[in-house]
Amino acid sequence: MVYARLILMRLFKAVIVLFLIVIFNFLLIQLAPGDPAAILAGQAGAADQEFLNQLRERFGLDQPMYVQLWRYVSGIAMLDFGYSYRLGVPVFDLIMARLPATLLLTGTAFVLSLVLGIVAGSMAAARVKKPSGSLIMALALVFYATPLFWVALMSVVVFSVYLGWLPAYGLYTVGAGHTGFALALDIAKHLVLPATTLALFFMAIYTRMTRTSMLDAAQQDYVKTARAKGLKPSIIQRRHVLRNALLPIITLAGLQAGQMVGGAILTETVFAWPGIGRLMFEALEQRDYNLLLGIFFFSAALVIVFNIITDLVYSLADPRIKKGAA
Amino acid sequence: MKTPLALAISAAALAFATAALADDPKSGGTVNTIIQPEPPGLVLGMVQNAPTRTVAGNIYEGLLRYTTDLEPMPQLAESWDVSEDGRTYTFHLREGVTWHDGEPFTADDVVFSADVFHRELNPSARAVLQHVESIEATDDHTVVFTLTQPFGPFLLSFEAGTFTMVPEHLYAGTDFRDNEHNDHPIGTGPFKFANWERGTVIELVKNDDYYEEGLPYLDGVNWHIIPDGASRAVSFENETIDVLPSGTVENFDIPRLAAMDNVCMTEEGHEYFSPFAMLWMNNREGPTADKRFRQAVMYAMDREFAKDVLWNGLGNVPLSAFGSNARFQNDDLEPYDHNPDRARELLEEMGYDGEEITILPLPYGETWTRWAEAVQQNLREVGINVSTQATDVGGWNQRLGDWDYDLAFTYLFQYGDPALGISRTYLSDNIAKGSPWNNVEGYENERVDELFNEAATAFPDAEREKLYREVQEILHEDVPVGWLMELGFPTLYRCDVQNLVTSGVGVNDGFKDAWLDR
Repeated sequence: MVYARLILMRLFKAVIVLFLIVIFNFLLIQLAPGDPAAILAGQAGAADQEFLNQLRERFGLDQPMYVQLWRYVSGIAMLDFGYSYRLGVPVFDLIMARLPATLLLTGTAFVLSLVLGIVAGSMAAARVKKPSGSLIMALALVFYATPLFWVALMSVVVFSVYLGWLPAYGLYTVGAGHTGFALALDIAKHLVLPATTLALFFMAIYTRMTRTSMLDAAQQDYVKTARAKGLKPSIIQRRHVLRNALLPIITLAGLQAGQMVGGAILTETVFAWPGIGRLMFEALEQRDYNLLLGIFFFSAALVIVFNIITDLVYSLADPRIKKGAA
Repeated sequence: MKTPLALAISAAALAFATAALADDPKSGGTVNTIIQPEPPGLVLGMVQNAPTRTVAGNIYEGLLRYTTDLEPMPQLAESWDVSEDGRTYTFHLREGVTWHDGEPFTADDVVFSADVFHRELNPSARAVLQHVESIEATDDHTVVFTLTQPFGPFLLSFEAGTFTMVPEHLYAGTDFRDNEHNDHPIGTGPFKFANWERGTVIELVKNDDYYEEGLPYLDGVNWHIIPDGASRAVSFENETIDVLPSGTVENFDIPRLAAMDNVCMTEEGHEYFSPFAMLWMNNREGPTADKRFRQAVMYAMDREFAKDVLWNGLGNVPLSAFGSNARFQNDDLEPYDHNPDRARELLEEMGYDGEEITILPLPYGETWTRWAEAVQQNLREVGINVSTQATDVGGWNQRLGDWDYDLAFTYLFQYGDPALGISRTYLSDNIAKGSPWNNVEGYENERVDELFNEAATAFPDAEREKLYREVQEILHEDVPVGWLMELGFPTLYRCDVQNLVTSGVGVNDGFKDAWLDR
């Protein structure tokens, strides 16, 4: 009951925030240099005035800005995101077609980084003054500091070109005609490199954060109490230290989860993964504003949804956080 | 001067030519290649950008094809006659041709495509069609084009990418841009559209009912979509990809890939386009408005260096405004050799005061960025105060469309004839804001306008040649734009892909004749 009210309140706020975001994005994009019609015409390699006028009229770009804004906002209110200028396809269809690939990639990376990060961080915390603990932290630092695109390219060079173990790019093997289980296996193979690449950075952050906050929690009085009452060290670590150390990690996981729609531009580009990040980058280059705004909308919506989820998870992890205050 | 790489290519091309003669073509097999960037659509005429032409040129056809010397070859037209006065062109169409949906291709399709479809949608076809008075189908397989006056390059205008034949029975009376068949293009070509997995691959399959007996040899062509340049190079290296069309990998990767075993390379297959790199110079204001300044820029640039270092020795440093593949080139002109002293003299003569100017590189990848840096250094050597401004494609379009630049890189297609691809850069009635492809530099010269306009419709060719020679002299003196390079855009492929480049548009219609020796 309390949860239901909380969610309702948050959803109501979310709608207002989304509405403001839509308007803000729309206005922001008007400031970017580059007229979509001119860019489309430029791509065509030949353009006369008639061609430009046709394009502007078709996309409603010949209308004053407030008319364009009104059309856009009233469209969104009916979940109509308009047409992509460049592709002539409804924006909603484009996003939906790309969403599964992106969610598969970012979702896998999310789980991978969270699980491995927490495990590695706990191990490092338990081995705080041993070489193995330092080694974990050193590795985490390297992954944290290395640029993503470099990791991506190097992993292709090593695992795909040199060792030949894994495919270098794409979602599946083109022309192989796999179906069913074979297709799933094929996709899984293609997923390994991009998902690992994407996971490394966040994994490093989770590792560092888990270690720090576990060491912090280990100093607390309740841990001394637990130890004094004779609990096994492994239980203390799991039940008392780790659980209390989780809060900052949940915050961070919420942030990472919010980036699941648009956060993999680089990885998707290097690995030719047909996802939303690439679609967004291409839309930006082409000044395909309708498409870009559509993707922004979905990203924003996802961030808001994950904020709400994060708040709920907080109160599950730490019942002291008052539900009403969230 | 030929660099070792260029020599190696010639040798490889020779070896390849002999090998091709020795074997009989085999049928079967699918070729994997790359399309970059992903095209916005595949209906030619509605979309005409380069990637669309490359893929869809194998689905659709025009009336004619062109050799690498730009001589017309039969395609959908079996033969053609030109009247004595150069105003009437009669095309005799091939019989027994069907669209991919089984309907027969007839003269009515030609009339519809030219007179209705392209007139409404296609700016490049429109530029040619303004010379056309009427288009008539005199029977099912004969079409007569009557021109308002002779138009020299008319026979060069029927290439599939420019003048595609589209099916009347699917498009007539519909809103072309919203036509349901746009998702599934129907042409007459050797390959049929099969599938487009957005962001991943475009698959074409063999047209079993193709009208040329035995063609095509291939079962299909898969166009992979790989957005990152380094990943594209890797895909060729690990042999997923058989053919790298020009422009799909960065120039600095080319020598490495070309040196691999079983890799061949050709510079042929771009004669129809003849991409010509130029430096826009703003003729309206600033130091670039002075002819002597523009001449100084020409003398200051070491174009041979750019060719050898940035373009692997491929391509050609042009003499002047007309490229070597364009007709009617005047080769009596004095070349603008690299001559910094002459450049300094000219700058002194005009009293250049060191006013700062900017260069806008073309945002098409590393090679262009480095090229802008090289030119910047050349210009600084002769005392020109110049800085580079980076931008993305959208910003570049906008700046050029608004004439907001001093120097800017670009490249334009020459389309084999000055009236199609060259005059547009210099005609004063082609000055208009909003497009990066017209007379962007703002050059105005009445005599040049006169000569270009007369030459376009002069008849026969000897008349045209006289006029074009004069116009080249004037342009050569005035330097409205900088002439940088005729670009060498090599195609790389596994040597067992035979007979790939057979026309002046290369892989754009090349898979028709290609076969796999595997």
